[in-house]
Amino acid sequence: MFLIYRDEAAFVDAPPTPEVFQQMLAAHLAWQESVDAGGGKILAGEALTDTTTATTVRPQADADPIITDGPFAETKEALGGFYTVEAEDLDQALAFAKTLPTNGCVEVRPVMPTRG
Amino acid sequence: MTLNAAGGGLGADVAEAVSAAHRDHWATVLANAARAAGGNLSIAEEATQDAFLAAVEVWPKTGIPGNPPGWLTQTAKRKVVDALRRAGALQRKLPSLHAPDEFEEEQMSTLELLDDRLRLIFTCCHPALAMNTRVALTLRMVGGLSTTEIAAACLVQETTMAARITRAKKKIAAARIPYRVPDDAELPERLDGVLAVISLIYTAGHTASASVTLQRRDLASDAVDLARMLSVLAPDEPEVLGLLALLELNDSRRLARETPEGGIVLLEDQDRGVWDRRLIASGLAALQLAYQRLGPSRQPGRFLLQAGLAAVHAQAPTFADTDWWAAVLIYDQLLVVQPSPVVALNRAVAISYRDGPGAGLVAIDALRDDERLRRYHYLPAARADLLRQLNRDPEAAREYRAALELVTNEAERQFMEQRLAGLDPS
Repeated sequence: MFLIYRDEAAFVDAPPTPEVFQQMLAAHLAWQESVDAGGGKILAGEALTDTTTATTVRPQADADPIITDGPFAETKEALGGFYTVEAEDLDQALAFAKTLPTNGCVEVRPVMPTRG
Repeated sequence: MTLNAAGGGLGADVAEAVSAAHRDHWATVLANAARAAGGNLSIAEEATQDAFLAAVEVWPKTGIPGNPPGWLTQTAKRKVVDALRRAGALQRKLPSLHAPDEFEEEQMSTLELLDDRLRLIFTCCHPALAMNTRVALTLRMVGGLSTTEIAAACLVQETTMAARITRAKKKIAAARIPYRVPDDAELPERLDGVLAVISLIYTAGHTASASVTLQRRDLASDAVDLARMLSVLAPDEPEVLGLLALLELNDSRRLARETPEGGIVLLEDQDRGVWDRRLIASGLAALQLAYQRLGPSRQPGRFLLQAGLAAVHAQAPTFADTDWWAAVLIYDQLLVVQPSPVVALNRAVAISYRDGPGAGLVAIDALRDDERLRRYHYLPAARADLLRQLNRDPEAAREYRAALELVTNEAERQFMEQRLAGLDPS
């Protein structure tokens, strides 16, 4: 799993123009093709809206869960999107992650095997 | 219908009709526009503002329509269609959605109006929004207050409030907070959040916390209206009836609470002859009904208990006749469901009336180390008052000065300065 963390304030304060946004989409499409061409496989991926639209549900020991406005953690860099990528090993995964078209950070996490 | 000479500026009757429509029908027009906009509150709000602007421009020429809310609703809906068309969201549906050239006057039943306003309230008070955002949105959407007015009522900068409201509307749209009244299963849980918002709106309305006289509509009356609406939706919920009783009983003292200059009149000094007997009767009836609905096996909630306290005062012919035994018993129960140091402080004051200032002082002193009360001016103010009654003037003076350091309300400040000036400094 590639988790993309980016400086959200920059994105929200100066949202990309439609042209820039199209370029970003095109860059992602090109990257997705490059992963396929490189022997990997993209299983899923989504871009997320910014954390001002987030709602967090926190379980309580003896009561109903508490619902709060906002993200789980208030940090400068927030989760902005993810890809689920099938790769041979970590090296291949990291190689794909390095080329991901983002100026944010990419956290690479193995998916826990839960099927057969 | 009144006809105005065209081009003669905004006649007084047109201005009055527009402002009356704004006061009485803002939420209805907005709710209808929101429905037309598929729950998009941003588009609906803009369309509603535009409709009122249109009224200001058109009514002087055409005369005030026979059904102003119908005219405004129809106009707002047309503006919604325009906005959606501009946004391109309706491109395929447009042929079937043509706006009528002539507005049709709509007659809506009371129940439909109620339902629309409730839908707005539940959307504005959704648990996924922060509490201060819920209050602001409810004042904006249901109360029709301007951002400036809300900022003043909530004691925040106007730019902060504008950003908060914009962000809330964005979240409602992006996170798809549904525009509906919760179903019966969800209702009890969702009511809590709405009751808290209405209670905060009332409090904002009756304590002018800023030092300025606020130019704003009557928030306290709005809150009472909202509580009445909720009691129609949920006539069997003890806490809804409790809140209604609480607000009506508090509101019954409105005229007695303030001097013409805006100063405070304490409960003990109020002229009980000007208390609104009709509101008291209505509040007591709601309280009684709430306890019937509660039954013997369930514990009363915080609003019902607070209403009980308000009823103790409402039923006392004079301050000296107040049933302080009953009041302290209710505070004991309230402390269980609302374990706040502020409630404990009020309980201590009730004990001072029941058992004398010495006993009250002992009860208050048990709270002095509570961190949460450190910035709370009522703690030193209450101590000061008891010390004054015990003729311990120098200590009382010290406590009044401590309270004056913390107080923000101008009327309360003046009151304490008077008390301080009346002490014997030696």
